[in-house]
Amino acid sequence: MLTSFDKALLNVLQTGLPISKHPFADLAEKLDSDESIVLHRLQALKRDGYIRRIGPFFDSYKLGYAGSLIALKVADGYMESVAVAINQYPGATHNYEREGRYNLWFTLLTPEPGLREQILTEIRALPGVIAMIDLVSKKKYKINVQFKLK
Amino acid sequence: MDDLDKKIIRVMQDDFPLVCEPYKEIAGHIGITEEELIGRLRRYKENGQIRKMGAVLQHREVGFSSNVLCAWIVEPERMDEVATELAKNPSVSHCYDRNTMPDWPYNIYTMIHAHSRAECNAIVDGLAKENNLSEKAMLFSIKEWKKTSMRYFCEEDMHK
Repeated sequence: MLTSFDKALLNVLQTGLPISKHPFADLAEKLDSDESIVLHRLQALKRDGYIRRIGPFFDSYKLGYAGSLIALKVADGYMESVAVAINQYPGATHNYEREGRYNLWFTLLTPEPGLREQILTEIRALPGVIAMIDLVSKKKYKINVQFKLK
Repeated sequence: MDDLDKKIIRVMQDDFPLVCEPYKEIAGHIGITEEELIGRLRRYKENGQIRKMGAVLQHREVGFSSNVLCAWIVEPERMDEVATELAKNPSVSHCYDRNTMPDWPYNIYTMIHAHSRAECNAIVDGLAKENNLSEKAMLFSIKEWKKTSMRYFCEEDMHK
């Protein structure tokens, strides 16, 4: 169970870790705590699986990558083989089976258009793939995965 | 971006050291000074290449066990206004526009996180009402086949 201190710590850490010589001491100061307690709790919270990742989260577009959301209609009996084939591509970062007419949805990030075309052609040709739509975004209104813990 | 930038970005995607001076430790692995690393990271943050320095939680472990990708049909002239409103809701983690297809007319996508499916439904109903939206597709996930963080500038490793 998360203590109230853990929740406060995770809430602060989700909004930002300072880029400074002693970032955890800076965090501790905000929480009226000290560096050794913050580090000790973070190690435990990481080990127990509460924290997915600590570090920088990059804007893929500003690093020169292009991304889109691709939806597939996959025939009965082919879901696993198609999903596993998609998972092999490092740029396919999220891949979910979903309710609805299009039943498999994945995101694809690639550093160059040629590679992207090649990957999509390969996936469209997989046995069991009935249809594919490629949904490209022009504007991102929000990317902020943050869970306020109470 | 130079080779050192790419190297820094590659290394920063590894586990962040939970020690008193983490940037000093990382700089040591890269073979540069702590000052150089901190200077470059601050630059990436300022120019938006780093959109957030911090933590992302495992949402199931912290109690957000339900999520839905909700796709909306918004009149083109209202897209900016409506998407900006949808994005303000704290339960919405992602809000993007996307192109439509002949059999798929949805143009705004929101990812919504909540404690239960019922709560997801209530949030979506609220968003629909507040923004006067009638057409939507709620794409609840059935199975997570993959969820990873992108490894940038590792293409060479991938082909080894």
